[in-house]
Amino acid sequence: MAKPRGTVYRTFSALKKDPLGMTGFVLVSIILLLTVLAPWLAPYDPLEVNVYNRLSSPSAEHWLGTDQLGRDVLSRVLFGGQVALKVSLVAISVSMAIGLILGMMAGFGPRWLDRILVISFDTVRSFPTIMFALAIVALTGPSLNTVIGVIIITSIPVYARVVRTQTQALRERDFILAERAMGASTSRILRDHVLPNIAAPLFILASMDVPAVVGMEAGLSFLGLGVSPPTPSWGSILNDGYSYLRNSPWPIIAGGLPLIAVTLGFTFFGESLRDIFDPKLRRKDQ
Amino acid sequence: MSLPVLNIQDLSIHYQTEQGPLQALRDVNLQVPEGKIIGIIGESGCGKSTLISAIIRLLAPNARIGRGSVNFKGRDLLRLSRDHMRALRGDEISMVFQDPMTSLNPVLTIGRQMYDVQHRSAANRAEKTARSLQMLDRVGISDPATQLQRYPHHLSGGMRQRVAIAMALMAEPDLLIADEPTTALDATLEVQIIHRLKELQREFGCSILFISHHLSVIAELCDEVIVMYAGEVVESGSVRDVFIDPRHPYTQKLLECDPARIAQRTRELPVIEGSLPNLVDLPGGCIFRERCSHRLARCGEDRPDLSGNQHQAACHLLDAES
Amino acid sequence: MFAFIIRRGLLSLLILFLAVSLLFGMIHMVPGDPATVMLGPKATPELKAEYSRRMGLDRPLVIQLGRFYAGLARGDLGVDPFSERNVVNIVWEQLPYTMMLVLAAIGGASLLGIPLGCFSAIRRNSLLDRLTAVMSVAFIAIPSFVVALYLLLWLAVKWRWFPAMGAGESGNFSDQAYHLVLPAIALGLGWVGYIARLVRASMLEVMEENHIRTARAFGLSERTIILHYALRIALLPTVTILGLGIGSMLSGALFAEIVFSRPGIGKLLYDAVLTRNYPIVMGSVLVTTGFFVLSTLAADVINAFLDPRLREQRGS
Repeated sequence: MAKPRGTVYRTFSALKKDPLGMTGFVLVSIILLLTVLAPWLAPYDPLEVNVYNRLSSPSAEHWLGTDQLGRDVLSRVLFGGQVALKVSLVAISVSMAIGLILGMMAGFGPRWLDRILVISFDTVRSFPTIMFALAIVALTGPSLNTVIGVIIITSIPVYARVVRTQTQALRERDFILAERAMGASTSRILRDHVLPNIAAPLFILASMDVPAVVGMEAGLSFLGLGVSPPTPSWGSILNDGYSYLRNSPWPIIAGGLPLIAVTLGFTFFGESLRDIFDPKLRRKDQ
Repeated sequence: MSLPVLNIQDLSIHYQTEQGPLQALRDVNLQVPEGKIIGIIGESGCGKSTLISAIIRLLAPNARIGRGSVNFKGRDLLRLSRDHMRALRGDEISMVFQDPMTSLNPVLTIGRQMYDVQHRSAANRAEKTARSLQMLDRVGISDPATQLQRYPHHLSGGMRQRVAIAMALMAEPDLLIADEPTTALDATLEVQIIHRLKELQREFGCSILFISHHLSVIAELCDEVIVMYAGEVVESGSVRDVFIDPRHPYTQKLLECDPARIAQRTRELPVIEGSLPNLVDLPGGCIFRERCSHRLARCGEDRPDLSGNQHQAACHLLDAES
Repeated sequence: MFAFIIRRGLLSLLILFLAVSLLFGMIHMVPGDPATVMLGPKATPELKAEYSRRMGLDRPLVIQLGRFYAGLARGDLGVDPFSERNVVNIVWEQLPYTMMLVLAAIGGASLLGIPLGCFSAIRRNSLLDRLTAVMSVAFIAIPSFVVALYLLLWLAVKWRWFPAMGAGESGNFSDQAYHLVLPAIALGLGWVGYIARLVRASMLEVMEENHIRTARAFGLSERTIILHYALRIALLPTVTILGLGIGSMLSGALFAEIVFSRPGIGKLLYDAVLTRNYPIVMGSVLVTTGFFVLSTLAADVINAFLDPRLREQRGS
């Protein structure tokens, strides 16, 4: 098992030379840590209402102030991260898995299947994402599961397209042709040769996809179509803050900052990973 | 004898690479007399392109000029200010490039590009258009008025190269540098363009520096020829001398390998054995040593200098004969 | 050329057709039939049956879909059950607001991004170049509604430089433009760096091409070479991206419209979702999807017109 250790080592030594990538990595680590440790770190119960201390500014007791029900904003922000984490984990892994299978089918399967799949990818992608999500939520009613479902449906084409392109490129390579000539089954070729080759691009894609997924969840929750109250989510904190914007700016400031940190962190980190593992993609840009 | 239009003295140029300096040109001497056509031959990688880029000062950013001078009509081009140099380009010195498919701008019409090239002329639009038409006619393009409206991709390679020649001669330059202008064309077209170029040269009275690796083209067109190998001039003289009595072993090999000169039928085209030396880590002694079949003991130690008067070559064999 | 446009157009139509059918099917298959959704859970079964019959919801899905397309062909998207007005008219009234917003955002982003990219390409590794590089990665990722909220918070509510609500007085151009500033910034900010990066990359590529060397060999000024010879080519791939950008900005526009309480398709859809006004939801999603597909198509067609090489090739 020397190879994975080598990869990790290589990643870190390359990250050290890339300040932006390192910043991203540190941001991502801090956010993940704060989110996972939220139950221990949060000074208050995020749902605890205190109507006598509504919309207060930051103080020693409440570092980020309180919202319209007197709940501690800092605790809500910390717990809000758990919603974002859950949504990204579930949505990305499911859509990546389905995208992987569909993409391989399109790339390695017969032409007619490829055509049908590509047209369906294009079809799903032709909806502006939020509009599509709204239409679905209009019928099912707001819930976190709907949000996850919508994100999965709209992300599948993103992964499937990348897998398809990579699979097609590999399909014509000599070593694969040789294996086929020797009678290796398609599933074996896909597992042994195609999968290892597309793992890195998929991983990079997933890390670049986190900002979009977190943004989508926050966006829908901001519109009141995601988590149901009183569950805290960065989006719902922003929603509460928007309603009481003229009374206190703190909920909006506090709800927006982690979103900015997550998107910047994952984007910088993802870009850096891409440079390390897929320099081809980058060369034009330099 | 009148002064040469172009006189290159001891020019050395290297490229900065990760492995160290790559010695692309070493002590190159070259004269282009007024009204003459000088040919340069050599394999790809021999420094031809670096040489012409140095003359018009459009070297790659990692190129460094070690020493030497490029004297054009009494001015050292290497010491000219950027603006003065730009003023010379396309006016007193013009270029025709190798690949006619990519050397014209794909999204501008021929007319527009020919108009822009006359940016120094005080003539008005109508006069410039008339001049473009006249030049296209001169290089043998039929229906020039229509061609002016067209885009480069409408034209065949030969037509594009004629356009490029028309553009280059438009300002009646003193020196025309042609970088393998016919390599990308088929043989019949090549002959047509060569003949046209020769006619135009007489008409305009300019000097031409013509780079090619087609020996027959050089023989047909040029007055004098310079043979380059791995960044050095190994032989120079009149076309007649060099082609009939080649003195450097490399020139001899080149001539033997020229498909146009092979008399008997053979299965394989003769090629020169071996490859170019590593220009980053230059071996001492004669540069051609590794591929030479007449190698002497001193070839490994001394670098031979050019010897001879009109017909020069850099080879120890010549000293041994005399 | 025309064959190319027709081929691209047909493909777009097919995708639009599939997308609308998919949406239509999903709306009718998700739990909770539209009648309940429309009338609320307290409606009597008789009332629901009456409503279903009136809207044709008791027919098989295929028939309903056929009726929907038949209506669409006549320019009829059904009737808003609340106001009894034609859905087409309602959507049509809101569309210009959204288009204005999206065009202002993409226009502003291009006006800033193209020169920035051009400059970055010419002065490589300058401070501005590096700044653009970081900016391009950073701003495209930040959700535009967060940007919108922060702009609202500071520039509109706190400092009162710009209006916080609405689209301005109708007919008063400068007032409308004034109201457009903040939403357009929120929507376009991420694209400035992105466009700059695209222009920079393709500019660097073009500057390496042989014809640029030719232009230099003729002593053309660097200004002419960059503006007339290189930028023209470097912008071609950017145009395609801008077409895609207009489409993807529709999602962002929805947030900008809600945050700044502006009229527009996004606001219309959002309000329709809250009131479960299903014909309006269908109509506005149809229009935005159509707009998205069309803008992608338009980008390809414009690109083909700008590039004389494509103009010919694709004509055959």
